[in-house]
Amino acid sequence: MSLLLNILIDGVAYGMVLFMISVGLSVTMGLMRVINLAHGGFALIGGASCHWLIAEQGMSFWLAAPLGVAAVVALAWPLERLIYRRIYGFGDLQQVLATIGLTFLIIATVNRLFGSSLLALTLPDVLAQSVDLGFRTLPLHRLIVIGAGIVVIAGLWLLIDRTRFGIRLRAAVDNRATASAIGINTGLIYSATFCLGAGLAAVGGILGAEMLPIEAYYPLRYMVLFLIVVAVGGMGSISGSFAAAIALGVLDTATRYLVPDFGTIFFYACIILFLALRPNGLWGRTA
Amino acid sequence: MKSSFFRFSAAATLLLSTAVAGQAETIKVGVVAPFSGPFALYGKQFQEAIEVYQAQHGTSAGEHDIEFIYKDSGGPNPDQARSLTQELLIKEQVDYLAGYVFTPNALSVAPLLDQSETPLVIFNAATSAINAQSDFYLRTSYTLWQVSAPLAEWAYEQGIRDVVTTVTDYGPGIDAENAFVTAFEEAGGTILDSIRMPLSTSDFTPFIQSIREQSPDALFTFLPGGPPTFGFTKTYNENGLREEGIMFLGTAETEESNLQGFGDAGIGLTTAYHYSADHDSELNREFIAKNVEMHPDAVTNWATIGAYDGTHVIYEMVKNAGADGPAAVESVLGLEWESPRGPLTMDPETRTVIQNVYIREVERDEDSGLLVNREKGVIATVGDLGWAE
Repeated sequence: MSLLLNILIDGVAYGMVLFMISVGLSVTMGLMRVINLAHGGFALIGGASCHWLIAEQGMSFWLAAPLGVAAVVALAWPLERLIYRRIYGFGDLQQVLATIGLTFLIIATVNRLFGSSLLALTLPDVLAQSVDLGFRTLPLHRLIVIGAGIVVIAGLWLLIDRTRFGIRLRAAVDNRATASAIGINTGLIYSATFCLGAGLAAVGGILGAEMLPIEAYYPLRYMVLFLIVVAVGGMGSISGSFAAAIALGVLDTATRYLVPDFGTIFFYACIILFLALRPNGLWGRTA
Repeated sequence: MKSSFFRFSAAATLLLSTAVAGQAETIKVGVVAPFSGPFALYGKQFQEAIEVYQAQHGTSAGEHDIEFIYKDSGGPNPDQARSLTQELLIKEQVDYLAGYVFTPNALSVAPLLDQSETPLVIFNAATSAINAQSDFYLRTSYTLWQVSAPLAEWAYEQGIRDVVTTVTDYGPGIDAENAFVTAFEEAGGTILDSIRMPLSTSDFTPFIQSIREQSPDALFTFLPGGPPTFGFTKTYNENGLREEGIMFLGTAETEESNLQGFGDAGIGLTTAYHYSADHDSELNREFIAKNVEMHPDAVTNWATIGAYDGTHVIYEMVKNAGADGPAAVESVLGLEWESPRGPLTMDPETRTVIQNVYIREVERDEDSGLLVNREKGVIATVGDLGWAE
């Protein structure tokens, strides 16, 4: 019984981290249809600026975290105007090459500025403690991540399904020419959505840093994880990514509790099988 | 392949002829190490250590000047390491090789060493099996057996009887597991479970929880540096294993380049290792002071000390035998010297240094406010215990 509970709790906690680090990618790659391999780069910039603000400027985590996210958004805006705007029109392979190039640029810059060792985000004492659940303890920051994940999924659902901005965004993505013909400022919509994706990447990078620590090679190290979540969830579906992240988190955790010797083989085998049966993912819309 | 072999023998002949003619010449040393990519720090540290040694001892040994040539091997990539080594031997005509962070990289060049009779001083690669592949390997780092086995014996002496080992599932991790399990069971202890964790693990909670459920006296772990070590120790602390009295036993996990990143969570972690930057000796303080003076952002750790002592061995070889490879190796077998890490002897049989292994505990230094690996004592003075396995 306690084993099942352990699997469930740790699985959901891990799944939420997966969701938080890949939700930004669901927005840029899933909604905007740009294969944004530089996603992890935005998470890295967010985490690295947060680290810098805490370690070098002596700020508290509570102040440094939103500033780190703001820094990424501030960077993403001109980047979208100057570079991504051109990338939207590329073919798939060109998008992959362009954005992976961007990733290398980000990695090299962070490596130059901070070196290749770990960039720790020191948590305030309140967050660093553990909560007693009776049969075991759980670090408080994991509960915070779970809470943040729920807030993000609810917020995104409201934004995309229930607001005028969401309607315009969906229209712009589905048929850009028609959308601008009826007077939607698609350029602005794209910029705003891209910044939202980058900002969410930064939030995920910072909140997930306790499990996936920030260091210069972060974007490459976890790229497969981000992509799996989005692919299994289905392109264009935020709720799909959410369900996929939780399912993958529980699956991965269960393997580690029950058959640790299988390592990651079982995990990847399940994903291969699933994608073979449902190439468009859980809730994927066929293009 | 054929043509490279031909070029190779031509190069070997050339090398031999330079060796015969070589009196008071410039001796070239090729250093193969990562200078770019995720492991670039190691190459940087090797170079820093060599520069410190040169600043302290000059750029000549005996009647020869010594020149170092650096080549970037990137990560674990045996093909790349071999072709760079070939290039160094043929184009640059180096007389010595040094560096090599990764075991596969070091292993890949064994035939080249035999053919060209070039000594290679390993600054890191820590698998025992390497030195058996060629008589031209010398090692100034350590081997996994060298630190893991004494740790197991020490743990048993401390009254620890039940241990769960949990290592990352790759070569060095398995080496460390074998060493620890063999030594601990020989001492009379019980291994409750041996867990192997996938290299790509990012959430360690399931492993930590299973250890907790078995409530051993201690856990022994081996993890690659960086994020996995950070994640594992965080999880160890947050899931209350320390409060349950399950002791943490490790080796390189608390090494200096990542140590500050742990924060207070690192305090109290117990490791056995051959070098701590906190080692209490005049020589070590001078060594670190010089390193920081020359490279203000330098972190001094196992990579720095491995390269520093390796450079010493190269200087000794050049002094004794110039560019004559076989004579050079012969001349340093049994060499004894005092290093910043403590007394060292080049073991004539295994060609790995015999050295002290220290038991350390992470503490916050009162003066500097930084985390340090405080040495609690020497637990053994050993050669490569994995040689005969």
